[in-house]
Parts: sequence; structure tokens; C-alpha cells
Amino acid sequence: MKEILEDIEKWKKADKRIALARVVKVEGSGPRDPGATMAVNEDGEVAGSVSGGCVEGAVVSEALDILSSGERKIVTFGYSDDEAYAVGLTCGGTIHLYIEPLDW
Amino acid sequence: MGESIFDVLREAIDNGNPVALATVIEGEGAGNKLILGPTDQVHGTLGNESLDRVVLRDMSGELEAGRTGTRHYGLNGEAREEALTVFIESFAPPPQMLIFGAVDFTAALVRVAKVLGYHVTVCDARAVFATTKRFPLADVVEAQWPDKLLDSVGSTLGIRDAVCVLTHDNKFDVPAITASLKTDVGYIGVMGSRKTHENRSNRLREAGVNDEDFLRIMSPIGSDIGARTPEETAISICAEIIALRTGREAHSLKQGAGPIHKAND
Repeated sequence: MKEILEDIEKWKKADKRIALARVVKVEGSGPRDPGATMAVNEDGEVAGSVSGGCVEGAVVSEALDILSSGERKIVTFGYSDDEAYAVGLTCGGTIHLYIEPLDW
Repeated sequence: MGESIFDVLREAIDNGNPVALATVIEGEGAGNKLILGPTDQVHGTLGNESLDRVVLRDMSGELEAGRTGTRHYGLNGEAREEALTVFIESFAPPPQMLIFGAVDFTAALVRVAKVLGYHVTVCDARAVFATTKRFPLADVVEAQWPDKLLDSVGSTLGIRDAVCVLTHDNKFDVPAITASLKTDVGYIGVMGSRKTHENRSNRLREAGVNDEDFLRIMSPIGSDIGARTPEETAISICAEIIALRTGREAHSLKQGAGPIHKAND
């Protein structure tokens, strides 16, 4: 979160709507620990990361969906996912992300 | 209108103050937040007072340990119930690095330490060298004797923090090392050739440093990666700090087996 505060602040000043995706749980080997945060604004601009680059693309589309729906949800990415997502972690672990609008 | 939860969080992080944020991520009131700021200020609610009370107690423990993760509670904070999943995030202040000696190696080490997120203090008793102009990236530059500086900041040092002594001059090194040994700092590294190291070790023994203390002193400083330049040496020092913290031998990943990242839970 620390490293993306400046970007978030800039977007807030420009009145951009922002979604935050935070790693809340990691099972097995994962590239980033719980707390890793990625922010996505309504224009699809990104700050921070939640993996080694494996799932960020999918997180952007989830985040944009959430910005239009206003809902909050847990999204899981894992190697073993049965095709539920087209992307996964190549390291074999599973990460759970909480994605929500930054409306707080 | 009061500050938003995010404002409180950002302010605490910006000021390097410890802060913990709890979010209900599953169950009733998902998205509700509670923040525990410095000096125990509390903002927000997860839904009701008894839930807040229980979670605040856990937040305070997690913050102390610097842990981030999920916990389960009943709707009113009951233990061993799973109605709610709460994500507790700890934001510990950045670790500190104190560098004694304002030399060329110092400038390179400041740069690498900043990349790693350290709050960096450069200290040298010689005011002509200890200037912010020479170390623009350092958070603090002190023209001070090492033991004097440690008298004032030593009690704030803990296991995540590092002291690097780069002066290789006994007059500065010995007080810097003996004063560092009195703190709980996690890493003490001291620069110098093997010959300097031997000579300095004798001085340290005369100053009362015992065998157990010597185990804490990484001297000559750094990981054996063949570093030559100040920049390479800075990488070597930081590699040693990381390896000591994680309890690893710093060989190449290629030579090892098993997972690259330590598995979580």
C-alpha cells in the first residue's frame, strides 16, 4: 500500500474512481504476501501489484467491473482452478484477493 | 466532517506511524472497516461494539508482531465461530538503517537502502563530511559521535533494523560498535579488510566486547559476491542483511532445491 499512496492521492485529487485489490490470503508458494495491494482507476491505470505479473491483467478487468457495479468481492487465482479463470499463478500457489471500490 | 478511514491510514503511513486496518471481507457488513491508529485512536466500525472490541485487541497484537492476515469471528466477535472473515493489515513503520561514516560507500548504501524501504540515517563526527548535500537521499544526516547518536535513538532499534559501520577508523568504529551492541538492533555490520578486522577485534576486546557479542558483529561486512565498487558493496551488504533476517545461506537459487518463496500458512 505504502508505495502506491502517491498515485492514489493523485487520482483522488483528479476525482477518479478507484478500486483496490489486496492480497488477503496466500496458499502454497505465492510471489507476494498478504497486504500486497494494487490500485486501478476508472481509466484502467494501475499502481502496485499483487503477484509477479501473472494475474494483474485479470485484476484490472475485475476492478473495472467492480467500479461499475460498486460491489466488493473475494477473487481467487490459483494454478488448480478448473478453467474458471483464463489466468493463474505459474508458481503453483493460490492467492485470494479482496477487491473493492475505494469509497472509504 | 471527519477524516475518512483512508485519510487516517495515509497520514499514519506518511508519518511513519504504526497503524492497523481491519476490513470485513466475508459475512454481514462486508466492506466495513476499523482502523487503529497511533496512540490508540480508533475510527470506523465493523458493525457493533462487541465485535470492534474483540477485533481491536487482535489488531493491536498483529500490529505489534507486524503480521497481516485473515481471522474469523462470530457476528459479535465470538471466537471459534466463522460468520465473519476479517482481514487485518498491519502497517509497521519502515525499518531503520544507521550508517556510521560519511564515505563514498555510504552514498551507494543509502541509495540501495532507500530502494529497500529503509529510513536511513547517516552519521559521522566530522561535520565537513556529514552533509545533506553529499547524501541527498538520506532521511537524516547527523554530524555527531556514533555513541552520542545511539544514546538518543538506540532504544528505538529492533530486530528489523540495521547498523552499518563504514568508517574503518577505530576511533569511530569502537564506540559505534559498543553502543550498537547495547541495543536490540537485528544487524550490525562493520567494514574493513581482514587485517583491519583483526586489529579492531583486539580493540573491541579491550573495550569489553565478549564472545557472545562478537557473534552479532558481521565483520568484515557483506555477502561474498565478489563486490568491488561502492554500489556492488552496497548490494553485498544488503544481501547479507536479507539473508540473516531470513536465515538463508546466500548461494545461488540454481544450486538449491525446494520452493523459492517460503510457503505461507
